[in-house]
Amino acid sequence: MLPILKIVLQRLGLGLITLFVVSIVIFIAVNALPGDFAEAILGQGATPESVASIRRDLGLDQPMLVRYFDWLKGMLTLDLGTSFAQLNFANFGGAGTTTVVEQIAPRLANTMFLATVTASIAVPLAVSLGILAALYRNTAFDKAANIFTLSSISSPEFFMAYVLILFLAVLNPIFPSLSNIFDGMPFSERLEKSMLPALTLTLVVTAHMMRMTRAAIINLLASPYIEMARLKGLSPMRVIVKHALPNALAPIINVIALNLAYLITGVVVVEVVFVYPGIGQLFVDSVKIRDIPVVQACCLIFAAAYILLNLTADILSIISNPRLRHPK
Amino acid sequence: MSGLMWFAIVIVAIMVGGYIFRLAGQKITGNAPMFRDMSFGVAFGYVLAAALLVWAVYYYFQPTVTEAGTPNAGVVFFKWAVHGFVIAAIAAYLFRLLGRFVGTAGSRKLFRSMPLTASFGILVILIYAIVAVFAGVIAPYGQSEILGAANVLAGGDLASGGDPAYPLGTDQIGRDILSRLIYGAQNTVGIAFITTCLAFFIGGSLGFLAATLQGWLDQLLSRSVDVLMAIPSLIFALLLMTIASVWSAKLGVPLTIFMVLIIAMIDSTRVYRLARAVGLNIVVMDYIEAAKLRGEGLGYLVFKEILPNAMAPLLAEFGLRFCFVFLTIAALSFLGVGIQPPLADWGTMVRDLGPFINFAAFIPTAAVTPLLAAGAIALLTVAVNFVVDWMLHKTSGLKE
Repeated sequence: MLPILKIVLQRLGLGLITLFVVSIVIFIAVNALPGDFAEAILGQGATPESVASIRRDLGLDQPMLVRYFDWLKGMLTLDLGTSFAQLNFANFGGAGTTTVVEQIAPRLANTMFLATVTASIAVPLAVSLGILAALYRNTAFDKAANIFTLSSISSPEFFMAYVLILFLAVLNPIFPSLSNIFDGMPFSERLEKSMLPALTLTLVVTAHMMRMTRAAIINLLASPYIEMARLKGLSPMRVIVKHALPNALAPIINVIALNLAYLITGVVVVEVVFVYPGIGQLFVDSVKIRDIPVVQACCLIFAAAYILLNLTADILSIISNPRLRHPK
Repeated sequence: MSGLMWFAIVIVAIMVGGYIFRLAGQKITGNAPMFRDMSFGVAFGYVLAAALLVWAVYYYFQPTVTEAGTPNAGVVFFKWAVHGFVIAAIAAYLFRLLGRFVGTAGSRKLFRSMPLTASFGILVILIYAIVAVFAGVIAPYGQSEILGAANVLAGGDLASGGDPAYPLGTDQIGRDILSRLIYGAQNTVGIAFITTCLAFFIGGSLGFLAATLQGWLDQLLSRSVDVLMAIPSLIFALLLMTIASVWSAKLGVPLTIFMVLIIAMIDSTRVYRLARAVGLNIVVMDYIEAAKLRGEGLGYLVFKEILPNAMAPLLAEFGLRFCFVFLTIAALSFLGVGIQPPLADWGTMVRDLGPFINFAAFIPTAAVTPLLAAGAIALLTVAVNFVVDWMLHKTSGLKE
């Protein structure tokens, strides 16, 4: 167990370093703004005095290195500051401001919900379709599946989304086309409302996972032990499920994790189409009004999730390799 | 609930049908191997496919207008889809036939072994290229020309809110949608193409450079690429676009130029990875050693020795990369931070015309416009993917 533990720990350390460097990149990118936040907040009609006061409030008069570590400390202690939009609102006599954390947390939970629903539909579907395509390779079913998956991989998410809206919401009102989800909604209603975005994401992700599952299994079919299993007289289904699948597990797990990571970017567009109150929607809205603290925080969260999923893929594929699990 | 019950009944009926089908096949053919060895799943599949086919034919011949006089939109769309599919298949077939008899010996040979999907892909790419180049001649109106009537519906039928002068209708401020779709080919595809070329120039030359020189430069470039690739590309693009929008307002440079640079930068990291990997396999060859001993310079090595030998994988990557760039630009425009108005662009059109889709049940033609713009994007990426898929299959010699 020792060598594998060492590899896993190495990967974890590498992931942490990557995340740290990514946070530096995001910080530098944001600080490449002309002028600074203060001007960005106040816009064109800013007086020098108000710029100076906001600059003082946000600590922008500090050197960059100090600000970076302040920001990092804030990130680690979940104190992400206050969004500009909220700050403006408060300046104009609005009610108390909410912090970025209070803004992001419920939306992150919503997005997680959507991703979970999608994954629990997409993964079993993709793997079983992939096995079927490998089993009936080069038949009409396989060719139709190939054309269909290739088309759905290459179409933009919003095309899929609108086609689904047209058929499942407008022509046959099965699911609602607006996913207005709020706290305290009963689970079944929540599930129903997030069904269309989940189905859209499923379509996009399933195709890729299925193709990779098929390819991973077919790659193994030329191996001698598969020949042996066939010669023993096993049925094709048994050959694939019992003999090929366990050995194809590493690439399949890898591609599943990568596609879940892909969900993170896909989720942005899909949430906008269905007005789903997730973190992607918040991100796009903040980008449009240049709400830098929120953009920064969302960006780091997306990157962290992406790195984490890639890391999981890495570690799982190491663990699923028996040669590493049982060293001589 | 009754819907679910019907679904269950249909599935059970098909299962029974599959069992009977196999049994009947065994009895009638006297236990032919095909039926004798058929598993239940396969029999189920055959009957399912047959049932789907029967249903499709039945549905196709349903009346397009219900007895109450409202359009039966589902049937209308289904008919359009079937017509589109059949026309596309016939066009691809004819194009392949044409390619087998016209052209040089090499191209004729290529067309002879081509699957229908690939010839469809090539045909679509050609059409897009022609439309993009001659957009100004083909389009009936200018791309930002505001005409008299706003919100004219597609179809050119006066009774259902259309106008023969604008076959695909006009948008919210009265611009001709057909013209904007045609100009969209020029803008969206053109910008995506320029971006991809730029990404290839940056990523390719840096990748080959890293492969040739190796050492600290290779380490530096590869590690920075690793970091950049750890951020999801659409998210990173959105972050950088936020910053670019401030810069563009300050400098007075159009945001679109920033977008091209940003996406080229992000995508060049992926190209760099491939170019470096391919380059590393080439630099160990003897002819590179010979060229080095001849005293050739770095430029000669990269462009005259490595590049020609790395062409095949790079070309396939170019197709895929173009798709990614094109989809990223479309997504950015759809989110409202990409190609800026008044330039006609498909992503923006989908966002602006999207709400029309809610009227599809009453006026089927109303839903066409957003789907046409989104479909135009999808069609091109699907076409490129078909061609690349075929190319990869051909060059890798994959048989299974």
